[in-house]
Amino acid sequence: MAEAQHAISEAKHDEKAGSWEPKIVGFLCNWCSYAGADLCGVSRYQYPTNIRTVRVMCSTRISPHIVLDLFKAGADGILLGGCHIGDCHYISGNFYTEKRVRLMKKLLEDAGVDPSRLRLEWVSASEGEKFSKVVTEFTDHVRKLGPSAVKKQEAAKAKVMAADDASVTFRLRALVGKEYNLETKGNVYKNTLDKAELEKLIDVATMDEFERSLILVLAKGKSRSVKELGSIMEVPTDKVLRHIVVLRQKNLISMEHPEGFTPTYRTIEIGGEQ
Amino acid sequence: MAEKKAAANEKPRIGVFVCHCGSNIGGFVDVPSVAEYAKTLPDVVYSTDNLYTCAEDGLASIREGIRKHDLNRVIVASCTPRTHAPLFQATCESAGLNKYMFTFVNIREHCSWVHMKEKDKASKKAKDLIRMGVARARLLEPQEEAKVEVTPASVVVGGGVSGMTAALSMADMGFPVHLVERDGELGGFIRNLNNLYVTEKSASETIKPLIEKVKAHKNIHLHLNSQLKGVEGFIGNYEVVIGTKGAEDLKAKVGTIVIATGALEFVPEGLYGYNQYPNVVTLTEFEILCKKKTLPKLKNVAFIQCVGSRGQVKSYCSRICCNVAIKNAINIVDNYENMLGLMEKSGTVVEKIPVETKATDEIMERRRRRRGRERGEEGEAEEVKLGPSEKIEVTVFNRDVMAYGVEHELTYNKAREKRVKFVRYTTDHLPKVYMEGNQLMIAYFHETLKLERTMPVDMVVLSTPLVGQPDAGELSQMLKVPLGQEGFFLEAHVKLRPVDFATDGIYVCGTCRGPADITECATQASAAASRAAIPMAKGYVQAEALTSVVDETKCSGCGTCIQVCPYGALRKNEKGYAEVIVAACKGCGCCGATCPEGAITMTNYTDAQLLAESRAALEEV
Repeated sequence: MAEAQHAISEAKHDEKAGSWEPKIVGFLCNWCSYAGADLCGVSRYQYPTNIRTVRVMCSTRISPHIVLDLFKAGADGILLGGCHIGDCHYISGNFYTEKRVRLMKKLLEDAGVDPSRLRLEWVSASEGEKFSKVVTEFTDHVRKLGPSAVKKQEAAKAKVMAADDASVTFRLRALVGKEYNLETKGNVYKNTLDKAELEKLIDVATMDEFERSLILVLAKGKSRSVKELGSIMEVPTDKVLRHIVVLRQKNLISMEHPEGFTPTYRTIEIGGEQ
Repeated sequence: MAEKKAAANEKPRIGVFVCHCGSNIGGFVDVPSVAEYAKTLPDVVYSTDNLYTCAEDGLASIREGIRKHDLNRVIVASCTPRTHAPLFQATCESAGLNKYMFTFVNIREHCSWVHMKEKDKASKKAKDLIRMGVARARLLEPQEEAKVEVTPASVVVGGGVSGMTAALSMADMGFPVHLVERDGELGGFIRNLNNLYVTEKSASETIKPLIEKVKAHKNIHLHLNSQLKGVEGFIGNYEVVIGTKGAEDLKAKVGTIVIATGALEFVPEGLYGYNQYPNVVTLTEFEILCKKKTLPKLKNVAFIQCVGSRGQVKSYCSRICCNVAIKNAINIVDNYENMLGLMEKSGTVVEKIPVETKATDEIMERRRRRRGRERGEEGEAEEVKLGPSEKIEVTVFNRDVMAYGVEHELTYNKAREKRVKFVRYTTDHLPKVYMEGNQLMIAYFHETLKLERTMPVDMVVLSTPLVGQPDAGELSQMLKVPLGQEGFFLEAHVKLRPVDFATDGIYVCGTCRGPADITECATQASAAASRAAIPMAKGYVQAEALTSVVDETKCSGCGTCIQVCPYGALRKNEKGYAEVIVAACKGCGCCGATCPEGAITMTNYTDAQLLAESRAALEEV
């Protein structure tokens, strides 16, 4: 919340300077929302110039990594456009989009980014006017939220980096990849799982993976103690320690020689990368 | 001209062609400055603006640019790729450039037309969009389109009118066809029916020639008492397993599959006294009684329409029941005495309702006179011809009579001329069927008189909708083709591709895709056969180079991608890694976004390309 406040005051500052314009990227599916945006143009419905659209075949193509990477790079808002549920050109693509967007929003929330900076909208090929309304409203919304904190604050950027790292972990990708089928078709025993319970489970896993990724980001090139990590992350030290145990098992973090009685930890970097 | 193969490591040489589109873009975007800006972007070696890039001189400038500046990537910034990409791609190809080295930037629908009052900002946006296009173009790679051979044989599932018609059409074209029928004989649902509307001919007589032709055709391999047990493969290369009762499973290689598994009649358990009172039957049960000549003695027959359909249990209108009920109403009036017999229902004799066999002479006399008067006939009542039907009163309780088209409207009129009564009911006042002592009764609200009425009846016929086969789900999962909410198979496009599935090589016809009458089933079946014949006659299919690619070094063989693919386009290879069936892949990218190892990407829509394009939007200029 504090960050949102900060962002708003920052936005006011920038507005005075008159320089800041929200940078918004839109991923539109070829068959519905891109066609809807085309119709919007043909019908001459006007909207703010901030959005830059990228055409993809299906909204299901957009992995959490693509969205989080863009937030990491300083995007102020991202719009995903797909076909209405039931109308997907690829039968079931947008069911998976919905699940992934839920994960993306959860990760943004964990990383302290207002999840409403990401918006998923269903726009059909005949909804030209809707497209202009969606873009206008979303641009106004992002303008009110102000510029993304990522570009100016290292701490904010570290969190979004961790969210991005978490989004590509096997655990989260496998969970969210299987979520829809577990809910509708069931597991190997044909038992379907309860939606709310499954979401709760995924949320816990998401928080865990985010915190672990954040530890790795913070301890990259800098040895840190559990206490230090806990205070930066605002996470209880026992929880940090549990994460560190898991990370050590996976050989992702190493214990440095303790100084005095306090051990410190440093992220193991794979040779050659960055 | 031989295609110039741009090697993957060849340094990009990008040409940018910015279109004015007359004043459509030029009027709202500073096109020359945009084209000028493009020259400053990395790897752009040539940039120009055209009044109309899609006109012949515009296309010529692309070809000349490729030749003169040795371009290995082309960007056109103009309208929408959804209409114009094929034209510019063909132009690139004609100048020896692989069509996948082309990038489209939309600065009309997505820019000039939606920012008509902000020329500066629109021009800046156009520049950004081109910068994004350049970022993408730099990472493009030439692609080869895969050609997949098609086995010229088909399997048709379902031996009803639809299946037989489809099988026969393809067999006549010279393709071997496996016709798989679950029952011991051909004919499907039609075997229940007495006669067929419009022609009024016996149903079994009508399909007899069709069955004989199918049985005798040298190209049709008939599998009775059989079911489709397994399917593997993709368009052109399916391997199906046909299981026959008491025989070994048969494996067959086919190029296409036609689904014609038909439908069942909805059983109105708990509605209108069905299975509770004697002589309450469904429309099809009634037809069976007529056909077997086992009707009980009747004086009053009531049909109730839309039982369990149109929002009652099922949401849809079953579309055929109005016409079937009208046909049966006419049948009873005309032909009742020929269909008399002892009624049997599921093995047990249903209690016959005692009815008077003869109306009193007085009543008959009155009716004769009344009818004579109503027809404007003069003279005595004896002049009116009376068939055995005079004993029968038929009432059709309906919500609306949907006797569509020319023939059905005429049949409806004929029924009215034959004094079949059509009584309208609304969902606020559904008719009620009950027993009064030994007498079956109907209570209804007369919409015109606004009065509650009751009527003794001897038989109630419930018109229930056709419903999908209860095991359609298994077939849907086996073939990876979708079922709609109501349990019918879902075609690729409701208007433009009514007999295709979204999965290539599988087609659908008949009542398994929704209620239809025999004429409609035969039409759909002919259509499905002709659609299936296209790849079989051509001998191959060409797959757009827009498919998933698996990096085996990253794949862990977890199989999540196989679960999420709506087309069954992924399978495990002998090493246990995921493998893309290029001919079956549609390029949606779901597997790519799902793969827990990040081992799958899409040709022409790689993560790197998407990220480069979208990140370029965020650059400060």
